[in-house]
Amino acid sequence: MTQLALVIDLNVCVGCHACVTSCKEWNTSGVAGFLSDDNPYGKDPTGTFLNRVQSFEVGEYPNTQTVHFPKSCLHCEDPPCVPVCPTGASYKRAEDGIVLVDYDKCIGCKYCAWACPYGVREVDEHQKVMKKCTLCVDRIYDELLPPADRRPACVMACPTNARLFGDIHDPQSEVSRAIRDAGGYQLMPEWGTHPANHYLPRRKTEIKVRAEDLERVDNPLKIDGRLPKPALKDPSLDDVTSW
Amino acid sequence: MHPAWSVILLTTLIGVGQGLFAALVAVQALELVPPGAAFYRFGAALAFAFLAAGLIASFFHLGRPERAWRTAAMWRTSWLSREVVVLPAFMACVVAYGLGHALGWPASGPLGTLAIGTLGIVLCAALFVCTGMIYACLRFLQEWHSPLTIVNYALFGCASGLMLATGFAALVEPALVRPLAAWAAGLTLAVLATRTASLVRNARLKPKSTLQTAIGVKHPRIVQTSQGFMGGSFNTREFFHGAPQGLVRSIRWTFLVAVFPVPLALLAAGLAWQAPVLLVAAFLVQYGGLLAERWFFFAQANHPQNLYYQRIS
Repeated sequence: MTQLALVIDLNVCVGCHACVTSCKEWNTSGVAGFLSDDNPYGKDPTGTFLNRVQSFEVGEYPNTQTVHFPKSCLHCEDPPCVPVCPTGASYKRAEDGIVLVDYDKCIGCKYCAWACPYGVREVDEHQKVMKKCTLCVDRIYDELLPPADRRPACVMACPTNARLFGDIHDPQSEVSRAIRDAGGYQLMPEWGTHPANHYLPRRKTEIKVRAEDLERVDNPLKIDGRLPKPALKDPSLDDVTSW
Repeated sequence: MHPAWSVILLTTLIGVGQGLFAALVAVQALELVPPGAAFYRFGAALAFAFLAAGLIASFFHLGRPERAWRTAAMWRTSWLSREVVVLPAFMACVVAYGLGHALGWPASGPLGTLAIGTLGIVLCAALFVCTGMIYACLRFLQEWHSPLTIVNYALFGCASGLMLATGFAALVEPALVRPLAAWAAGLTLAVLATRTASLVRNARLKPKSTLQTAIGVKHPRIVQTSQGFMGGSFNTREFFHGAPQGLVRSIRWTFLVAVFPVPLALLAAGLAWQAPVLLVAAFLVQYGGLLAERWFFFAQANHPQNLYYQRIS
């Protein structure tokens, strides 16, 4: 069974918000209508975003690190937002596991947002229906796009390749291999929602530098500089260094 | 959670209507008043008025009220859907009950008013369960996820409905005032116990979600530096009550005083001095206290998504 999902690599996310803006652009200008964007240059901008990037500081000063954290609908395998919807507008597709909202059925009661522990569903204040990440379902199946472009807008926009897209139920897909190799994890596992989106943890890169790598034991640098020069007719390594 | 006034009015008004209807049927079952009396006719009309007012208030909670007819679709999985099915059925029962008394239908028999009333009681109980479960089934909202939520909701509805029935009986059927006042007082004391139990339970709750599980980093010290946007959003409006802590604490004391001791005192005074206005005042004070209680119920719930929205920058 296919379960399409994103894998977000927290090790390389730099918090540039390219995924936020490309998602907003794609979902505002498409068939599904606009995303609210009030007062964008004013005092209290507010709007509906399907993907947001947050920043957290981990550690105690001076040993702190900044973690940039993109958050969008995790397309849970056991989505709590689906059974609570009274009209059936919130549903999970059987063929690819994407959780979607039917804007024609949604009554905007916000019950699904109460039921989502991750806070990824937002109501559009103008259209008055609930909106969330669609995994760019209108891009990934669009035959008019070249195959390399049939990926979510955020995946294509990410400059550090922090976002990967694929089928997590296929063991050989790029995302499954990333989860296995880098120790990908789910968010808030204590609630049993089994989110399909995984996050890859930050990794420490360690290089062991030994003293003998910096200064050779058998030929310290101060002797290297005084290699004997060969006589004109003697064999040599490179016309300068004695054999 | 942000307390929405439309939902506060919806749940309190419907609760009063349900409690009042339960009082009518109980009075008829105990044969305290003969069928066809004004107590039943106007009582059913009054209960229906409260139910209709609650239903109208609920429409203001929806972004798209014109599609509200769709809400019955997912009754197999959604408690909100089930409530939308049971509420009109119950209201129809209340209307039938009132009409039965007005048109002089027999009390006994399969189509008698007592049978309609019994069906109404079943639907009333189902409606209490459905409305309570809308909140209690959300396992992420630990303050709500308890059987006490449904018990409190049902008992509040019955207590306030009986308080209204007492005041109503003082104007229409004075002989019923004593037994109804006794039941109202008993139910008020019962819900005092259960609501205190839920307040104690909520005070001792330990949140299951932490920033460590929210972003999956195992370090003991994690602090949010930016929630990703500067203005507000749905996530900062819908899940925070927006009031200062002092106000929330004072609302708690307000409802504890206005729902329990003051109405009981007014009841006792109304009985002692034979003053219907005091009995009606008891209901009004208790209803005002219930509005505060419902506000506090919403304000107290802490959604795990709040972990992601702590700081602007």
